[in-house]
Amino acid sequence: MSSEMTVNDHIPIALRTEALEQILVERGLVDPAVMDGFIKTYEQDVGPLNGAKVVAKAWTDPDYKARLLDNGTAAVGELGFKGPQGEHIVVVENTDDVHNVVVCTLCSCYPWPLLGLPPSWYKDPAYRSRVVKEPRTVLSEMGLDVPEGTQIKVWDSSSEVRFFVLPRRPAGTEGMSEEDLIPLVTRDAMVGVAEVTGS
Amino acid sequence: MTVELDLDGIAAPPRSNGELVFAEPWQSRAFGMAMSLTEAGAFTWDEFRERLIDQISSWEADAAPGECYSYYDCWVAALEQVVVDKGLVAKGALSDRGVELVSRPAGYDHGHDHDHDHDHDHGH
Repeated sequence: MSSEMTVNDHIPIALRTEALEQILVERGLVDPAVMDGFIKTYEQDVGPLNGAKVVAKAWTDPDYKARLLDNGTAAVGELGFKGPQGEHIVVVENTDDVHNVVVCTLCSCYPWPLLGLPPSWYKDPAYRSRVVKEPRTVLSEMGLDVPEGTQIKVWDSSSEVRFFVLPRRPAGTEGMSEEDLIPLVTRDAMVGVAEVTGS
Repeated sequence: MTVELDLDGIAAPPRSNGELVFAEPWQSRAFGMAMSLTEAGAFTWDEFRERLIDQISSWEADAAPGECYSYYDCWVAALEQVVVDKGLVAKGALSDRGVELVSRPAGYDHGHDHDHDHDHDHGH
């Protein structure tokens, strides 16, 4: 008998998961319908579109932007975005002098209500360790060349603080409405591994 | 019903930039279990997260060079650990059930197995 906590290394992971679900359901500890509801919500409803709405509003409404930078959780809550992993959101603003990028070095903390569940690369050991040590190189590998004169700040999200990047509004979009700006804002820009481009 | 969304364009929810939220169905089940259990108060998110961090860091410490990382493998291991630690399920029960599922007849796919003669008896 092994004292390893890992239950069944020799059992395929899909079956380990199924075994766990069967037992939890039999004991009334989880309701499959409730599980289905969570899965559907995060597969279909909650995603980066929410964050894009926050960014577009901040770009077009200076008072909202001030509230967002002052208290991220409250300001995104004004738009109705709240829920699990949405507590303690801190918004960091990209400027001509500072570029912000977000990581969770220990696991995968991420502002779900604004961006949905994190992409694979965000959870990958290589991104999590390297972006802290050599952010400029990692960003360049991901297709973002940050000018030498721009400082890069790396923010480590946790369950206490989940960071969200307010990207720079692209040049040439001055005449665009909040609604028209929304589709320009990508998930990667709100994590800080990309910039928003004008079209 | 509330807002009109462009369902195919760049702003389509969840707009994961072309990536599936869950790569395989078991990953979504593991996610749903953790959400349901924390919502029901079986354990706190932080209790789960501590174990997830442990699983991830031991994978990182022990992985063979070139071994493929699976975040949701760590997730499932953390979930097993927290339900065992909380006394919700005995570790032996998980192993036993896992072994049972492994020895299910080949070709089993939820009621369409050809060797059974009770295929009209799906109700429990």
